[in-house]
Amino acid sequence: MGAIDDVQAVETAWTTGRVIEKTLPTPDTVRLRMHVEDRPRHRPGQHYLIRLRAPDDYVAQRSYSVASDDDDPLVELLVERLPDGEVSEFLADVVEVGDELEMRGPIGRWFTWDVTTPALCLVGGTGVVPAVSMLRTARRLGRTDLLRVVAVGRDPTMLPYADELGRAGATLAYTRHDDGTRPAGAPTVAEVAPLLAGVERAYVCGSSRFASYAEALLLDCGVPAGAIRVERFGPTG
Amino acid sequence: MPVTRGFIGRRRSHEGRLPPGQYDTGAGWPVLTAEATPRLDTDRWSLAVDGLVERPTSWTWDEIHALPESSYLGDIHCVTTWSKFDVAFRGVSVDTLLEAAGPLPDAAFVMAHSSTGYTTNLPLSDVVDGKAWVVWEYGGKPLPREHGGPARFLVPHLYFWKSAKWVSRLELMASDRPGFWEQNGYHDRGDPWLEQRYQGD
Repeated sequence: MGAIDDVQAVETAWTTGRVIEKTLPTPDTVRLRMHVEDRPRHRPGQHYLIRLRAPDDYVAQRSYSVASDDDDPLVELLVERLPDGEVSEFLADVVEVGDELEMRGPIGRWFTWDVTTPALCLVGGTGVVPAVSMLRTARRLGRTDLLRVVAVGRDPTMLPYADELGRAGATLAYTRHDDGTRPAGAPTVAEVAPLLAGVERAYVCGSSRFASYAEALLLDCGVPAGAIRVERFGPTG
Repeated sequence: MPVTRGFIGRRRSHEGRLPPGQYDTGAGWPVLTAEATPRLDTDRWSLAVDGLVERPTSWTWDEIHALPESSYLGDIHCVTTWSKFDVAFRGVSVDTLLEAAGPLPDAAFVMAHSSTGYTTNLPLSDVVDGKAWVVWEYGGKPLPREHGGPARFLVPHLYFWKSAKWVSRLELMASDRPGFWEQNGYHDRGDPWLEQRYQGD
């Protein structure tokens, strides 16, 4: 099995992805597992583009983080269904197994994990997706000791991959749900600081609001600003 | 490429104004950053123009505000496919800054540096003749921190990652050198009308 460092930086080109599996794991998300033609290797944290094409050649494209490990024969994406989202609504409501979509990737070399640097992911909502890819890759390479994950969601029904993350030992923080071991509420310094022992890099992924909260929390825990990598998404006012 | 089964797309209301593959984000202004948002004090803020110039020059917050003001009213385009129409920024034209510093004849590229360590590279020709600004006001109000305040670079005819937030330095160079996203898979120039998003476009 090759090391993760074997992943070469390549120029990416548009190719075709076929939907092999489609599920709606939470009320607001759609999970697609795609067979991608001529798929290059990817690092955990990278994303793919999906481009939709109308009969008059009008196109709409968006980028989505990859949840799968590079070793998975399929590329797994988890997409939040945004109200009036031109692409996400289409993926959730119209796309069927067997459909072909234009895809391009993997994109991005910054918000990626090398499976060598001890790291903490502080992720919220569909921002858990890159952390899922990191966990799956860590598991395959036997380096789960290097990665700690704090996943934040409203409640268990709204947090994608909650079961998988829980089984992998992630801290699940629900803002509106008391799970019996932890009262409802956002994660605190007291909760996160102990997880940072030995950690050299922090990954923050989530909505703009979540990212602002998470950045401030990590700074309060003493993480240097330069050790924080951020992926924000979603609109602001 | 073939048509996507079942896809019609939104009504095309901005024909001719949206670069290929972009959509109108309307009133929203998505925040995309790779690093933690810094808190910068305008008392200690400065902007430098250096590298291949006759007179390396830097301005404090008060000094840059004393320069002739310049505004941009128009559209901006992000590589993540949103475009925003009719935005209004106010600040100073890069032409004014370059006039003070005096680019040397062999200066052909510029690296914009941010106080966070972010960098982005451009041909000098893309930041002269009224095409680029350093701005501190958006919509008549101070530029919000998450959008690059107190001041950001603005090069609206290129994808918006070229408009470095929290800009602190413009370094003139003889040869091109990739900046942050340019090292991380994105296109060297980033013209939205040519859809130069990623390496290889």
